[in-house]
Amino acid sequence: MAVMRDVMPAFDLLQPTSVADAQKLLEQHGRDAWVMAGGLDSFDWLKDRIKKPKVVVDLSGIDELRGVRSSSDGGVEIGAMTTLTEVVNNPIIKQKFGLLSQGAELAASPQIRNQGTIGGNVSQDARCHYYRAGWPCYRAGGNICYADTPTGRNREHAILDADRCVAVNPSDSAPALIALDAKFVLRTPKGERVVDAEDYFIGPDIDIMRLNILRPGDLLTAIRIPSTFAGAQFYFEKVRDRNVWDFALMNVASAMVLSGGNIDRVRIAVNGAAARPLRLKAVEDAVRGKPRNASTGESGGKLAVEGAVPLQFNAYKIPLMRNLVKRAIAGVEVATWA
Amino acid sequence: MGLVQWATSPWGQDVPIHIAWGLIYVAAVAGLLFLIVHAIYVRYFAKAEEYQGGGASPQIAASVPERVARHSLAARLFHWIMAAAMLALLITAFLPRVGVQFPWVTYHWIAGAVLTVSIIYHIIHASFWLDFWSIWPDKADVDDASRRIKRFMGQDAPPPRRFAKYPLENKLYHGVIVLTGLAVIVTGVFMMFRVRTVFFPRNPYLFGDMTWGLMYVLHGLAGVGLIALVMVHIYFAVRPEKFVLTKSMVFGSLPKEYYLEHHDPERWAVEASSGSSKGAKASA
Repeated sequence: MAVMRDVMPAFDLLQPTSVADAQKLLEQHGRDAWVMAGGLDSFDWLKDRIKKPKVVVDLSGIDELRGVRSSSDGGVEIGAMTTLTEVVNNPIIKQKFGLLSQGAELAASPQIRNQGTIGGNVSQDARCHYYRAGWPCYRAGGNICYADTPTGRNREHAILDADRCVAVNPSDSAPALIALDAKFVLRTPKGERVVDAEDYFIGPDIDIMRLNILRPGDLLTAIRIPSTFAGAQFYFEKVRDRNVWDFALMNVASAMVLSGGNIDRVRIAVNGAAARPLRLKAVEDAVRGKPRNASTGESGGKLAVEGAVPLQFNAYKIPLMRNLVKRAIAGVEVATWA
Repeated sequence: MGLVQWATSPWGQDVPIHIAWGLIYVAAVAGLLFLIVHAIYVRYFAKAEEYQGGGASPQIAASVPERVARHSLAARLFHWIMAAAMLALLITAFLPRVGVQFPWVTYHWIAGAVLTVSIIYHIIHASFWLDFWSIWPDKADVDDASRRIKRFMGQDAPPPRRFAKYPLENKLYHGVIVLTGLAVIVTGVFMMFRVRTVFFPRNPYLFGDMTWGLMYVLHGLAGVGLIALVMVHIYFAVRPEKFVLTKSMVFGSLPKEYYLEHHDPERWAVEASSGSSKGAKASA
């Protein structure tokens, strides 16, 4: 159905230069407004003429949304409009929170990372081909999931927490931010709101038409990473069809602090398994206090996929997730694929 | 605002997908308006109820127990289970639509399953163990309704007779609930083929897009209709003059005085008193 066209549907382009102005415009236009960060998700929708907002609020002129700043607690605050390339190359992030650098560097291509922003990467919409093609599926407000049908193409789709819609979250930086215990700073009509990274994302059971908690009028302004896991042992792995440039079939991020060879503190998150990046709390609890070895990784991997329900063409994701979690716990050196 | 939201299927066909969600507010406002208008009418304009004749003979009145059984325990249990399921269905269906978000689908189909089972039970119970026809309007109801309307319009007509077990408005409400309830249940059972439940494997291809769309629309229309109907039902349940009937749905019986004042023993016979003040066996 979707046909790429050269001419986007007409809309009013609003280009605020401050967060306050942007938030006021978003509040004023409500559901009619479309928030554009780097434009990489937005232009797909607009050029395919599937989303037809009356107003596009372009955030590119807001300087206060850009840049990486050190915070007093030893962490960092990243403006939502900071490009992925800036995140990848930032020396503080590289040194203290290399997990995010790794995740961001594996997103898309260099050109896209130069334009794409960290806020856009975590807030981008689902990449399900039925949804992106403009079919009237659940996520588009309809009453069917075309991917979850006996003949649906669902190789890239969810194995966990599916609820009518089986699309997955496509972000590479999201699991890294969850593993780093990041906080997302939102500007809402009611004021500033700070939420844990894992609470920023929602599944179809809560709202089938959104991947995150942003409502009309809300704006993601910054991401704060506390010093909790600064300099910890990190693991990030992304599995995709084409290593040169593709969305993840699945990715995993872990941040770990060891004490005498045992896992003292750990956070693990997986994306590409569900409509939201999943923090694996049960796995974290199970491996805490245990030695970081293949056996612990093996048990963590098995626990991670409990309750997984494969679709027609994505059963491979279960061993994939099991192995990724195993490697995220034990490390590549000791964990082999099984 | 249209009544129905449409979409274009992958095959280029315009199909309905569900009702326009604004109908939720329309139903709520309609229900509220009814309550306000009715409350004003009763407070300022309604005349005292008049019935034909002088009521039951002293002999019959003497034989009526102090408490007249109206609803058996089984019937009461059914009513409250159905009410709980209905409220759960309305809450889980419409709160997410007005911004209160929670994982509603599982709760919704579980409540739907409870409602379906309770309705099947009720149909069997009412058909074989209760007086099936007592809840359906009969010729006397139509005649009495005609008398009431004529008297309301100032025309000359005799007063209506006392009621049988259920007043006409109860019977009409029951009829409307039967229609809307069956509509949501039948469509809801089919819609469960679209989600993962414990009952049957998903089969989104059970019907074509148009049929599915119409099913969603009918489910939605009946659902929003139930918002207004439930509001009206709860309103009457808490009205002072009807509260005695609400209590009978809790405790099972009516006071003798209420029975003799509003009901016709010839149309709703109760078992004669055997000395007990606890009430007699329900006739329906």
